[in-house]
Amino acid sequence: MDKEMITGSESLMRALKAEGVETIFGYPGGSIMPVYDSLYEYTRGEKKAFHHVLVRHEQGAVHAAQGFARTSGKVGVAVVTSGPGATNTLTGIADAMLDSTPIVVIAGQVGISALGTDAFQEVDLVGVSQPISKWSYQIRHADDVAWAVSRAFYIARSGRPGPVVLDFPKNAQTHLCEWTGPEHVKSVRSYVPYPTPSKSSISEAAKLINSAKRPLALVGQGVELADAHQELIELIEKADIPVGRTLLGLSALSSRHPLNKGMLGMHGQYALNMKTQEADVIIAIGMRFSDRVTGLPSTYARQAKIIHLDIDKAEINKCIHADIPVIGDCKVTMPAITKLLNKNDHTEWKKSFDSYFEMEKEQVIGPAIHPKEGPLLMGEVVNAVAEATKGDAVLVTDVGQNQMLSSRYFHYNKKRSIVTSGGLGTMGFGMPAAIGATFGAPDRTICMFCGDGGFQMNIQELGTIMEQQAPVKMILMNNNYLGNVRQWQDMFWNGHRSFTPMMNPKYNLIANAYNIPYELVVDRKELSSKVDKMLASKGPFILECAIKEDADVMPMVAPGKTIDEMMLKFNS
Amino acid sequence: MEQEKKFYTLLVYSENIAGILNQITAVFTRRQVNIESLNVSASSIEGVHKYTITAWCYDDQVVKIVNQIEKKIDVIKATYFTDDQLFIRETGLYKLSTDEVMQNSEISRIVRHYDAQITEVNPTYVIVMKSGNTEDIMNLFNALNEFNCVLQYTRSGRIAVTRSTQEQVSEFLEQREKAER
Ligand SMILES: Cc1ncc(C[n+]2csc(CCOP(=O)(O)OP(=O)(O)O)c2C)c(N)n1
Repeated sequence: MDKEMITGSESLMRALKAEGVETIFGYPGGSIMPVYDSLYEYTRGEKKAFHHVLVRHEQGAVHAAQGFARTSGKVGVAVVTSGPGATNTLTGIADAMLDSTPIVVIAGQVGISALGTDAFQEVDLVGVSQPISKWSYQIRHADDVAWAVSRAFYIARSGRPGPVVLDFPKNAQTHLCEWTGPEHVKSVRSYVPYPTPSKSSISEAAKLINSAKRPLALVGQGVELADAHQELIELIEKADIPVGRTLLGLSALSSRHPLNKGMLGMHGQYALNMKTQEADVIIAIGMRFSDRVTGLPSTYARQAKIIHLDIDKAEINKCIHADIPVIGDCKVTMPAITKLLNKNDHTEWKKSFDSYFEMEKEQVIGPAIHPKEGPLLMGEVVNAVAEATKGDAVLVTDVGQNQMLSSRYFHYNKKRSIVTSGGLGTMGFGMPAAIGATFGAPDRTICMFCGDGGFQMNIQELGTIMEQQAPVKMILMNNNYLGNVRQWQDMFWNGHRSFTPMMNPKYNLIANAYNIPYELVVDRKELSSKVDKMLASKGPFILECAIKEDADVMPMVAPGKTIDEMMLKFNS
Repeated sequence: MEQEKKFYTLLVYSENIAGILNQITAVFTRRQVNIESLNVSASSIEGVHKYTITAWCYDDQVVKIVNQIEKKIDVIKATYFTDDQLFIRETGLYKLSTDEVMQNSEISRIVRHYDAQITEVNPTYVIVMKSGNTEDIMNLFNALNEFNCVLQYTRSGRIAVTRSTQEQVSEFLEQREKAER
């Protein structure tokens, strides 16, 4: 048989197809033109395999790939050119690294002979992305494409997922290579994605849980990533353990589950923060004790014995000492522990959460979601959308007050229902991530909550939304401030509102320019009908809400404080 | 209680792929730990590179550093040791002025006393080499320097093998190969 000779770019198309890729987010340019030339054929006619989404900025391509990955559970793909195209992806790569999101970023690069000469649009992408990616690799030969792509996808999705960067010099795109079929990398000898859990750690963990009087489970995104929702439910129900979820783990357990006690951390549930300091055994599952969860680490849960289940060995004892580390995939370790658990009843302990919850409800939640007077509040807007979508929609957030209030008051009944920038806190994440989510979960309603600051940080992606008719329901919570920073300035920086008031454009005109339906809510009487109108519309929609200018997110653990110093009200 | 820093030697095994050194050193810099010495070479296993790194750090710090290094995809294994667990060598090279050595017989007496070797002699310079531990190598330098005869001096990074029989990583690689089959 004749050898089939193809270009590196053609090989890339075939390799991506073999990985099951259907959606590519990208932006063309000089060093990636051979790939775009191949894409031309692969996005139409007989060879059609991909839908390519032309974003308006490379940062948007990566965030969209993240939104796609987080909602679908598949690997998101972004394709960009070298130099500025490549550096524009870095924020998204760092974001995906901190939030364990599987994406593959493929960037053009100058030709091999020009490497190191400061050639036009040459940037050492492998060098700059190494510390913020799970793996980055330069494909120097067309022959290597199939292998590198397969390895990249394997690494991105396996174990603790993360971003992989492929730097693809132009001549490797154009050179010919022999096509011998796609590669199927199933292991990398230096990399152990699924460590084998030790039997003794499992039995010790079970023994400790069985002896616990006041157990508390802390659940993170690891449960979602492992698709271990059912295994979690079996564990907590058998041992009757109340659960707190991290921001990224919010849809790891349904909001309706009776053991669900809310969100952990700085703006989480009052009861959970107080009770963390009373628990005798803490079972942390697929979470990493971020400082936003622990507050001051040296005073965090000193009284408790801590069991830490994580797939990533490097997370053990990184921030908080684990008395019993259980290293492994929690889809495996949780059932192994559950098997050894006694059926238990912690009614008294669970009841002890109630009085704290009542306090929070009366002082914070009630006034936040059902205010009687004054300007519109973010909490009530979120609540209105949450009630109208009945816990079935996907929440995408930007960063700031809008993020904290939407994550607090949204309802989550299905898995993979929250897409937010947790570790990096990237403003401008929301809009492009929501675009990606419409492709990752095409059958679900995608609600994107955003502040006026974050909306303008990647506002150009409205062009992508227009072109794709991506059905993103954008809820723009306009308080004319960089609200989150304004809150901190009022609380901790002498009330100096240093460069946080912000002049806003007329968003109705912007919506009009992009031909996106738009409504403004000023009066709370109109809120519910306009939310309904937004949800009933087919395509994208912008719902601007005129939010009270100086409302604060409460409750709050001030930075550097112990979590049980959480404030329900701020007394200056 | 104030923790005390200890002197650790890290042995890191990696695939022979470009860019790993960068990734390893970045783990130290990010935690503001200085690398005291670094040596990279082939190991006894084909295609596997071995890094010997020394640094002063706290007990819990060294564990975190090793975990973060091992987390890199192309790093096969990273381990840490204290001196009693290793067989350690460093080498010092001393370039001495031949005139000074000829004029002062005490110099060659010192060289012999420190069990150093003279590896080259010509009319202008004498090359002396000493392998051993850091302290001996530095002591020899200080002793020679008293005579103002040292033209150049350099000391290598530490190299070390463990007191166990095999390469640290062989067993791991065997397991991996079995798992892959
Ligand atoms: C890229 C980026 N720049 C700066 C910040 C710091 N920051 C965090 S929240 C915030 C204010 C956000 O304001 P806005 O988007 O209006 O949302 P709000 O807090 O009012 O809901 C800022 C500036 C950030 N998180 N990300």
